[in-house]
Amino acid sequence: MAIATLGLLATIVLQILYKTEVDTIGFETWRPVVYAYVLWGVAIGIGQVLTRGEDGQRALFLLPALLFTIAMVIFPTLFGFYIALTDWNLSSFSGRRFNGLDNFWQMLADPYYRNALFNMVLYVLAVLVEYVVAFGLALLLNAQIRARKFFRVVFLMPLMLSPVAVSWMIGKSLMEYRFGPAATLARHLGWEDPAFFSNPITARISIMLLDAWTFIPFMMIMLLAGLQAMSREVLEAARVDGATAWQTFWQVTFPLMLPVSVTAVILRIIFKLKLADIIITVTSGGPGGATDSVSSFIYREYRDRSNVGYGTMLAMAYLVIIVVFVTWLLKFASRFVRNVN
Amino acid sequence: MSVQTTDYVASEIRSPASFVASRVFIYGALACWGFICLFPIYWTITTSFKTAVDVTQGHLIPFVDFQPDWKGWRSLGLSPDSIFQTSTVRDEFLKRFMNSVITSVGASSLAIIIGSLAAYGLTRYRYHFAWFKNEDISFFFLSQLILPPVVLALPFLVLYREVGLLDTRIGLILLYTLMVLPIVIWIMRDQFNSIPVELEEAALVDGLSIWGAFFRIVMPIALPGMVAAFILAMVLCWNEYFFAALLTSTDAKTIPVMVASQTGSQGINWWSMAALATAAIAPLAVIGIALERYLIMGMTAGAVK
Repeated sequence: MAIATLGLLATIVLQILYKTEVDTIGFETWRPVVYAYVLWGVAIGIGQVLTRGEDGQRALFLLPALLFTIAMVIFPTLFGFYIALTDWNLSSFSGRRFNGLDNFWQMLADPYYRNALFNMVLYVLAVLVEYVVAFGLALLLNAQIRARKFFRVVFLMPLMLSPVAVSWMIGKSLMEYRFGPAATLARHLGWEDPAFFSNPITARISIMLLDAWTFIPFMMIMLLAGLQAMSREVLEAARVDGATAWQTFWQVTFPLMLPVSVTAVILRIIFKLKLADIIITVTSGGPGGATDSVSSFIYREYRDRSNVGYGTMLAMAYLVIIVVFVTWLLKFASRFVRNVN
Repeated sequence: MSVQTTDYVASEIRSPASFVASRVFIYGALACWGFICLFPIYWTITTSFKTAVDVTQGHLIPFVDFQPDWKGWRSLGLSPDSIFQTSTVRDEFLKRFMNSVITSVGASSLAIIIGSLAAYGLTRYRYHFAWFKNEDISFFFLSQLILPPVVLALPFLVLYREVGLLDTRIGLILLYTLMVLPIVIWIMRDQFNSIPVELEEAALVDGLSIWGAFFRIVMPIALPGMVAAFILAMVLCWNEYFFAALLTSTDAKTIPVMVASQTGSQGINWWSMAALATAAIAPLAVIGIALERYLIMGMTAGAVK
């Protein structure tokens, strides 16, 4: 174990020296460092078993995942914080240059980034509407119906499809201005000029609809599981007491479903915060950045402008916002659920 | 319409009219949403058999409105008359397809292996790594779910360039594993919690080692959960676009990237795009229909207590 640790450290030191041109012995790329890390991980595992016996065998269950995640998350994130403080454009030859908090001040003054954040608020609020629809569908599937399995498979279908393919199928062809069926339908319904993606407001709504189409099944399935886990006796009792269907829903079903609902909504919000591929492929942020989510904005910042330093600063700021927001959300939700129970 | 079970609400039995009305409403709503779910898929599949005229005139029903044509599939090199000819488009498509298969299967397998081990350890033993306890470790894993891809994408782009993993399948596999690992651990923890500890205690008394008990006793019981987690992970990896778009260029490009790059080009051929989209969604559509039970099992794990 000690030997492997020494080996790892030696490789890293050697490589740093090589890269900083202190010495001339070293490898072309950093890949050997990766191999050294893997070897080190294996050695640690063997060492655990040899030195600690049964305890070591237990630790072995956890070690691979732990080492993997630490290597894949902690290191890049720290590295990201460093890049965020540099002025680094992949297409320029000057390479990276430390420029302190310049990116940060630039970010605060960037109207497009603010707009993207504002859009994220709108997109997250749309989750509530999706929740209502998903709850309705779950209730329908939970009713006494025939062919329940068939409908469940059908309703689950959109979730299986790749968002990129979906954005072509719906966004680019069904909602096509000239001869997409959705546009034709809209014309028949009296909308003279069904341009789904040229006006900022309709474009945002169209993106929300697309995303909702893909992800409503996710919440629906969770809510359905919640409904099926509910005890029949409670509903039975409500009926015996003479409650109408409406009263039963609001006073029995809905409160009992709150914990599942909260879980479903929170998970959905977490997924929503990553929303990017639909926007990139359908509108690429347009018109004029109106539909940009934070992720798609940063994506274009890199793809179109190769602006790694600034893009990373935006991403890191977003990470901080998300962590604060989700922590608050979890706190809020747990208090909310406890009060009801 | 007769009432078959006593399960119906009493008031509905009292008034047949309102009962029929509620049935009509329920089935109507189901059919409506079913239509919303299926129409885009139907549209895509039929469009792949259309010619330019059929597209612009908005024809919908094959054989009635328009005569199906292999045009879209021919442009992919997958129609009956072109399947035996050499086709660069088909080679390109098959390469992307294989990339997608390899990365998603590889990443899901890797995630299942290390994820189940970790989940098992976390449900059965108490750990102390420095000041971290079990709850903290679980939270550490699950918190990765919150991490948006953008945060990792740019550092990884730079790191992979240094390490030489840019535009390789292995690079993608590692990232996808990271992406699905929290979900796998979430599902498997739920699975292992539902298996009684007494089983392993008996196995240990019978002389099996800890790992022996895990492989010979626990694994077979937890297999359905593993399948569920595997399928869910595969769906996520197959559909992933963000990392693939940033980190691959020629060799390791996956299907979604190919679809997206075709969408961007001007003057799209609707029929060939439709064929490509159909091919991209077909594998998962089949999985969705055949293994729906496992998918639902995976998605609802831990949600209902």
